[in-house]
Amino acid sequence: MQVDIIITLRESILDPKGKASRHALENLGFREITEVRIGKFIQLEIDTDDPGEARKLAEQACEKLLANAVMENYEIRIPDNA
Amino acid sequence: MPQLRHREPDITPELAREHGLTDDEFVKICDYLGRTPTFTELGVYSVMWSEHCSYKNSIAVLKTLPRTGPGLLVDAGEENAGLVDIGHGLACAFKIESHNHPSAVEPYQGAATGVGGIHRDIFTMGARPIASLNSLRFGSMSEPRVRYLLDGVVKGIADYGNSFGVPTVGGEIYFDKSYEGNPLVNAMSVGIVKQGETASAIAEGVGNPVLIVGASTGRDGIHGATFASEEISEASEAKRPSVQVGDPFTEKLLLEASLEALKTGAIVGIQDMGAAGISCSSSEMSAKSKTGMHIDLDKVPLRESDMSAYEILLSESQERMLIVAEKGREHEVMDVFAKWDLNAVVIGEVIDSGRVVYLRDGEVKADIPADSLVLGGGAPVYIRETAKPAYLEITGTTDLSPYIDVEDLQDTMLQLLKSPNIASKRWVYEQYDHMVRTNTVSGPGPSDAGVVRIKGTNKALAVATDCNGRYVYLNPRKGGQIAVAEAARNVVCAGGRPVAITNCLNFGNPYKPEVYWTFKEAVGGMGDACDMLQTPVTGGNVSFYNENPIGAIFPTPVIGMLGLIEDCEKHTTPAGFQSDGDEILYVGASRSGIDGSEYLAFIHGITAGDAPDMDLEFEKRLQKVVLEAIRDGMVASAHDLSDGGLAVALMEKAIFSDKGAQIRLDLPGQSATEQLFSEAQSGILLTVKPANLDALQLFLTEQEIPVHHLGTVGGDQLIIEEIAELPVSQLKDIYEWIIPEAVSQVQP
Repeated sequence: MQVDIIITLRESILDPKGKASRHALENLGFREITEVRIGKFIQLEIDTDDPGEARKLAEQACEKLLANAVMENYEIRIPDNA
Repeated sequence: MPQLRHREPDITPELAREHGLTDDEFVKICDYLGRTPTFTELGVYSVMWSEHCSYKNSIAVLKTLPRTGPGLLVDAGEENAGLVDIGHGLACAFKIESHNHPSAVEPYQGAATGVGGIHRDIFTMGARPIASLNSLRFGSMSEPRVRYLLDGVVKGIADYGNSFGVPTVGGEIYFDKSYEGNPLVNAMSVGIVKQGETASAIAEGVGNPVLIVGASTGRDGIHGATFASEEISEASEAKRPSVQVGDPFTEKLLLEASLEALKTGAIVGIQDMGAAGISCSSSEMSAKSKTGMHIDLDKVPLRESDMSAYEILLSESQERMLIVAEKGREHEVMDVFAKWDLNAVVIGEVIDSGRVVYLRDGEVKADIPADSLVLGGGAPVYIRETAKPAYLEITGTTDLSPYIDVEDLQDTMLQLLKSPNIASKRWVYEQYDHMVRTNTVSGPGPSDAGVVRIKGTNKALAVATDCNGRYVYLNPRKGGQIAVAEAARNVVCAGGRPVAITNCLNFGNPYKPEVYWTFKEAVGGMGDACDMLQTPVTGGNVSFYNENPIGAIFPTPVIGMLGLIEDCEKHTTPAGFQSDGDEILYVGASRSGIDGSEYLAFIHGITAGDAPDMDLEFEKRLQKVVLEAIRDGMVASAHDLSDGGLAVALMEKAIFSDKGAQIRLDLPGQSATEQLFSEAQSGILLTVKPANLDALQLFLTEQEIPVHHLGTVGGDQLIIEEIAELPVSQLKDIYEWIIPEAVSQVQP
């Protein structure tokens, strides 16, 4: 079963990459783009048919490795079963 | 938190307590103000009177340290960093600072912002950082969490330092269980400035504009108490205090812009923003000049527009500075910052009322006598209760005799080389750029101190950090003395004259009498050594509350020593063997006692005894005489004896050079175990060309420094007659692989 994970920096955390990208976009003429926040998209293939189980495993993977709980939020999406 | 901007909690002694203020302190605040503080004022007092900003529990003790000397251009604590005359019309600004607690929570960013913060302290004085060092302490590497912290901290230091473009030229790492859960991350920066071009953290000239420059302000690092009020305590994710994130490229711009703006002459005063951000910089600058500031927080560039006065004042967003400019010339400053793509905004002006006044939404949110906030002014000063720790009775009377004369010394030597405290830290320092700017003469690794050329002169700086926390734990006073003496010895071995120190004092909770006793003793010991070696203290930093559930960390007063090499080409001295046929001399005190040694700790699992022996008066003579011998060109290499004693010093000299040696151990009196593994202080291994052997021995003897001819460099084995025959390649394998293997071990 495929599981998608979106990891973003928590709201108040400075995002130097986002900041630099926003600045570069502005220099390219994208004046309407006022904010850029950069996160990660992770796709897992989990060997189970149970969406609950898949979600649980993905959550553990995020807590232990994929996301930095001190600074980041993660959102788990199960495309077939959202 | 839009609520917080318009609805503030009621001020009660309870809320003050949640802000870390005692009831007495709360009463004192009400006295200073003549009324109950506002919520914003309470927040400002709480950070300004925190240990970090006010040094309230340490300043009385710190004042006992020797803080003046011939070369010092500013007194300790007067400016952001110490400033030392290094000749040629140049001065060196240097300081060390801790970032322990942020690194325990988020190792990468904690360490990165530690590096950024200390560099800002240096360039805010107008000096360009030319070198950095790091002193790190971790728990045992068998713990996965420790490996995670180590990896994060080292990457954080490397990424920030390498991006910012300052070489990391030295430092040290120790591992001990006492640091588990509470790593120490101390970062040191060293910079150069022309005398007369230094900047000051002052706010003179009523009517002069106050500018905030650099990055925008966000909710970084605002202390947990912000969220203490009832209304907003629904513990949502986003309401937790935010980890500060470093942005080294912005810091690089800020460095160049600040130095360029200082050259315009339009800047009256400048201070970097670290802990307590705008509140700290504005009140300290005002208090120093006996002026005040009127600041409109609505004008501060914000990352999130709904921030309250409280949050803006307490934000610890990185890469920012506060500047007081000459009235009418502020545009010269703003133009420079605009050129570097950085904010530079006038947010207020200098006033003469002695108060700092902060407005938000057109309303006065805080109006405080600046002097009442700061160290040396109204901030509390405490001398805490002391009690000699009970453990000293046990460690001091432990019988070490079973370990003082053991069999199989060769195997013990090999085992000792496997201690992570001794093994090569190449895995760490190879992540750091130590050559950027190309002035590095000796980087981390095979030299007792980092050596950096001073461009345009034939001089160099030799810098080292040092502290053996185990020694300080076993005998705080002697341990404090040794930390200074050994840092100085490292500088001497590299060919430099020790000039002055900065220090980072890492201790447990000062409200525990045992911790405070240790603190006072250790600082006393540092003072003894600084007096004797004539290396005054130029400033530094105190970090208390370094504890984990088992107890306090080893008391760890890290010393950052600055030394000056008069002739970089001729005097810079390596640690490893140089040429086959060179003669090896042991110079210094007798190798007696295994107290507090790495041998006891690592081989036998025992932390006991006294701190190793040291006679400060002898130490001073030894350093002076060895430096003289180096300057006279008689010395081919020099390496001081420290962790692991003579055995490790010999093995290291061999490993550094891929050369063996033939040694006969016949130091008078002691057992072979002691001769090899004692960490008695005041010992140096020198090598000398055969042609200079007699002259050097004669010189040392004339100076009444004991000298023993141990043997000769050569071959591919380290041979100690009747004790060990060790192929250098085998030593090297062990030495180089211990740390990489420990780091990469997989969780079972």
